[in-house]
Amino acid sequence: MKCQYCDKPATFHITELTQPGGPQILHLCEHHARTVLQKDEPSPIKTITGALAKQLQLGQTKEELQKLDKKECPSCGITFFEFRNSGRLGCPMDYTHFESDLTPLLINIHDSLEHTGKRPSRAAANVDAQAELIGLRKAMEAAVQSEDYEKASQIRDKINEIQGDPKHPGYVPPADDGESGNDDTGDDGPKSDSQSSGGDTPASEGGGQ
Amino acid sequence: MKQAFDLSVLVKNSGEWLKGTGPESDIVISSRIRLARNLAGFPFIKKCSEDDRKKIERQVRTRLEALAGWDDIQYVDIDSLSEVDRQFLVERQLISREIAESEGSRAVAIDPCEQYSVMINEEDHLRIQVMHSGLDLVSAWEQIDKLDDAIEGELLYAFHPRFGYLTACPTNVGTGLRVSVMLHLPGLVITQQIEKVFRSMQRINVTVRGLYGEGSQYTGDFYQVSNQVTLGHTERELLTMVGEEVVPRIIDYERKARDFLMEKGEQDLLDDVSRALGILSTARKISSEETMHYLSKVRMGVNLGLIDDVEVATINKLFIHTQPAHLQKLQGRMLTTSDRHIERANYLQRHLRDSGSLPDELN
Repeated sequence: MKCQYCDKPATFHITELTQPGGPQILHLCEHHARTVLQKDEPSPIKTITGALAKQLQLGQTKEELQKLDKKECPSCGITFFEFRNSGRLGCPMDYTHFESDLTPLLINIHDSLEHTGKRPSRAAANVDAQAELIGLRKAMEAAVQSEDYEKASQIRDKINEIQGDPKHPGYVPPADDGESGNDDTGDDGPKSDSQSSGGDTPASEGGGQ
Repeated sequence: MKQAFDLSVLVKNSGEWLKGTGPESDIVISSRIRLARNLAGFPFIKKCSEDDRKKIERQVRTRLEALAGWDDIQYVDIDSLSEVDRQFLVERQLISREIAESEGSRAVAIDPCEQYSVMINEEDHLRIQVMHSGLDLVSAWEQIDKLDDAIEGELLYAFHPRFGYLTACPTNVGTGLRVSVMLHLPGLVITQQIEKVFRSMQRINVTVRGLYGEGSQYTGDFYQVSNQVTLGHTERELLTMVGEEVVPRIIDYERKARDFLMEKGEQDLLDDVSRALGILSTARKISSEETMHYLSKVRMGVNLGLIDDVEVATINKLFIHTQPAHLQKLQGRMLTTSDRHIERANYLQRHLRDSGSLPDELN
């Protein structure tokens, strides 16, 4: 018997016990078996496409879904279509921008919409400031891509300003030691990375054995 | 400059979860808890530029290295590792396959006991993990909760008042908590009860994955039970559901199956287990699947007192040391599949003979 995903012989026969349609047997080669076995949770894409399929059945028309697919997050630029295909969101703001669209999905997955667990003592309170930061990072990347380094440098300064201002909700506190303060403000530009990474990432030097 | 961490150090030691100790360790291999966290103000990994990833990595690393009591953590840059080293960390359960196979800046911080690991730039910016041997979720939770608090004291997490900790995949949102218990259930496999048991669990919000499931020629009889939902329950509720409601029931079924096997056919079982030990101790070439299959039988034999001169810890260690990357690290060189089969057989022989499990004339 051949592996379901390639032409190698299937040496692993894995029973997935919790598939919606009942137990399912997978016939896989060693490589693909490892890929399947070593994931620590069920494939999110399966869960999400399953939940979205349910959503469709629950009354959303094809046209409505097509419209939804084109919806885009103003902070990170991800479309709902992109999310639906990858099962991954683009930024924390997506939970706000796509809130009404994600609600039925979250109910399908978790049967709940309210977090009742642990809360961080200092949550990122101002959502707008976080969105601004993500938008700026995206804009900086675009400026670097188009080789507009002057613009990129201006955006970098703005990011540093936000992250360095303790009153700003996007503030990232520096660590206790003096060096890390530099780390926060010094590494935000595309050029400064090469400067600071030299002595900063020992594990990266000759890590491969 | 700090020297890159030499992974060979880990090979010689046994990780926390390989000890074979802790409550219910005859059936429960390990208890693992992981928290998914993301930094506020950064896009999720999917939309991160390489520059963003580098910044995240550096920010997290600086904070982790500054944490009290974390002086001796080892920080490993995954991007610069060889394929074998990445695979080694996957086998060791210190990193996920996903982070091993992805690209760009990504790292893992590991404590010397291998109880903690923090993956940086996996599917989420941070994946914090604590692993214990046996069924030991409460103390694992207490440890990870403290570490999470300490990290949160230094970095701003993406959090939504209604949806909780925000994660790249909506299946993790809320607590970001995944509780996973790895079980060894040969009794339920032999008595063909395993599917029935798990079908009865389906209505509860847990996911059961058969690792090397039945229906296979070679099976290690390992199953992982995890919580399915992460939103709408407190962390303690999720721990209770997996650790106090579901897992003890499965353990109970497994014990009953083992008792049944002992009562109905102790000789058959003894024969089966002894043959397994015989093959492992005398084979000249053996694949990792076949090794898993027979080690699983031997492990059950040891736990039932049918084999009394091999330690469970030895068997657990053999499970991991016979994996492809471990074998190559132990040998200190790359091996082809065929060479691995030979080296695996040699390794098993050495360790099982050393433990005195074979009659003198074979030693």
